[in-house]
Amino acid sequence: MTAVGDELPPLELRVTRADLVRYAGASGDFNPIHWSDRIARSVDLPGVIAHGMLTMALAGRLVTGWVGDPAAVRSYGVRFTRPVVVPDDDLGALVEITGRVADIRQPDPDGVRIAKIDITARSAGRTVLGRACAEVTLPS
Amino acid sequence: MPDASTVNRAFIGRQWAPAEPYQVGREKIREFAVAIGEDAAVCHDLAAARAAGHPDLVAPPTFTVTFTMPLLEAFLRDPDFGWDYRRMVHADQSIVAHRPIHGGDELVTSIHVEDLRSRAGSRLLTLRCEVVDTAGVPVATSRSLLVTRETGG
Repeated sequence: MTAVGDELPPLELRVTRADLVRYAGASGDFNPIHWSDRIARSVDLPGVIAHGMLTMALAGRLVTGWVGDPAAVRSYGVRFTRPVVVPDDDLGALVEITGRVADIRQPDPDGVRIAKIDITARSAGRTVLGRACAEVTLPS
Repeated sequence: MPDASTVNRAFIGRQWAPAEPYQVGREKIREFAVAIGEDAAVCHDLAAARAAGHPDLVAPPTFTVTFTMPLLEAFLRDPDFGWDYRRMVHADQSIVAHRPIHGGDELVTSIHVEDLRSRAGSRLLTLRCEVVDTAGVPVATSRSLLVTRETGG
């Protein structure tokens, strides 16, 4: 039985330039700061950075993988605190995602239980998502 | 040239006519799920999705971005709005799912300017997208906080 304080199985993911290209195509976000070092540097970034929405989606996998159902997610919100800088090499950037059950609401009249999950995402030793939190329906 | 603060206030509370319905493609769900590494069977395998009670494949929670972001971009590139799109930073994002999104869904999105303010040389814009089905039933609500430089500053 899920309880407040439970830790979710952590995820360690590598994000490469190829992942950014694939995400650009799938999401339709072709902002050049996600594929051109030249343009990224022209707006004072250290280099190409991951799409914030990709980082959000990757961190969301911590929750969908744990609950076992993407349809169980009721809400999901993040603050993009720092960009994930993705070097032009084969290893890419390492993103480490952890989470814990912060709250479980009293079951509603249909017996549905909703858990609030606090998520942490770090890359290069620094937090890249702040106040990341998802609400999910727990399996009955 | 209009005063920036006057322009700011004029946009708060505005909303844009809903876009044409967007049809959620089954293959688009698969493509998006692959791009984010989501391997849940209900995102890829039609039989698994139906066995779990869904009419078609289930879209991952952040899938809404694929059809809301192009609308937001078109709005932000409107010269009348004076937004520095090149230096825009996505600061905050939330998505509330009123129900799962499925392959074959026809969805209509409207954009609402919730807030627009200036702080320390930056402009902070909160946009809300309301996503409904063609019968007007709520499907998702998303909010984006976007930040850019004060134009001319």
